[in-house]
Amino acid sequence: MVLITRRIDFSASHVYHNPQLSAEENRRIFGKCNNPHGHGHNYTLEVTVAGEPDPVTGMVLDLKELKEILAREVMQRMDHRHLNHEVPELAGQIPTCENIARVIWNLLEPKIKQGLLHRVRLYESPDLFADCFRNGTAGSRGNT
Amino acid sequence: MGAKANSAELIIELGRRYHFSASHRLHTAHLSEEENSRVFGKCNNPFGHGHNYVLEVSVSGPVDPATGMIANLADLDGFVEQAVLQVFDHKSLNEDVAVFLDKVPTTENLCIDIYERLKNFSHAKLERVRIEETRNNSFEYAGQQFARVPVASSAEKEQR
Repeated sequence: MVLITRRIDFSASHVYHNPQLSAEENRRIFGKCNNPHGHGHNYTLEVTVAGEPDPVTGMVLDLKELKEILAREVMQRMDHRHLNHEVPELAGQIPTCENIARVIWNLLEPKIKQGLLHRVRLYESPDLFADCFRNGTAGSRGNT
Repeated sequence: MGAKANSAELIIELGRRYHFSASHRLHTAHLSEEENSRVFGKCNNPFGHGHNYVLEVSVSGPVDPATGMIANLADLDGFVEQAVLQVFDHKSLNEDVAVFLDKVPTTENLCIDIYERLKNFSHAKLERVRIEETRNNSFEYAGQQFARVPVASSAEKEQR
């Protein structure tokens, strides 16, 4: 099995606010991420696909096709958008790294026809990221 | 492997990077001066040297629907600050950190020591620590069960 990773960058704004909590609780839990008018990040997304290289082409998958899937599913939805207001898949959720990574996983997994989606890593900043993967396939719990 | 969908549960991990700077010298009293110099090379220079270390901490757990978080970053940052950064940042690993008074402060050993300091984080499960000693060298540890290949004992290595 070979892993292949493609990286893309997008920029978006968000705010952390749970309407079921009081204003004080929101401030206590979310800190400056609760500032009412929101703020933004340059996100970096790393998408890793696992598979065997095709004996004819030497490729696990056609990177051009992956690029198009990422453009359609992620860039068009999230780049230069407000994640709370403009991304229906995130409606009702706090747009944390964890939740965005899971939404991206769910968007990409059914679209990837060559190889298997192995890991989605979303960086909110160089020092904060979330990984999403199927149990037993990545992370420290072993590879298949 | 075909393109058959895997139905195993989805796991989310949160990764956070921290930075600290420290000095060390790779040297062990179990070896002669010549052997130390041969084994550790310039890392054995008597007055030591330093690195800007990057510590990457990964934790897992259910994402709280109310907060969207595995763990509140303020809790994780506070725990790492107290358990690790205050102990290691701008210190001499050999002289200021008790465990390295009699253990070589390689980044392998540093990974194990920091994992042990962080494993009792109460808000999420510590998955692994990864340390970049320089941008070109990194080390990972995820507890004893991490080994995917059996670790040979010294006696077994002797037989090879």
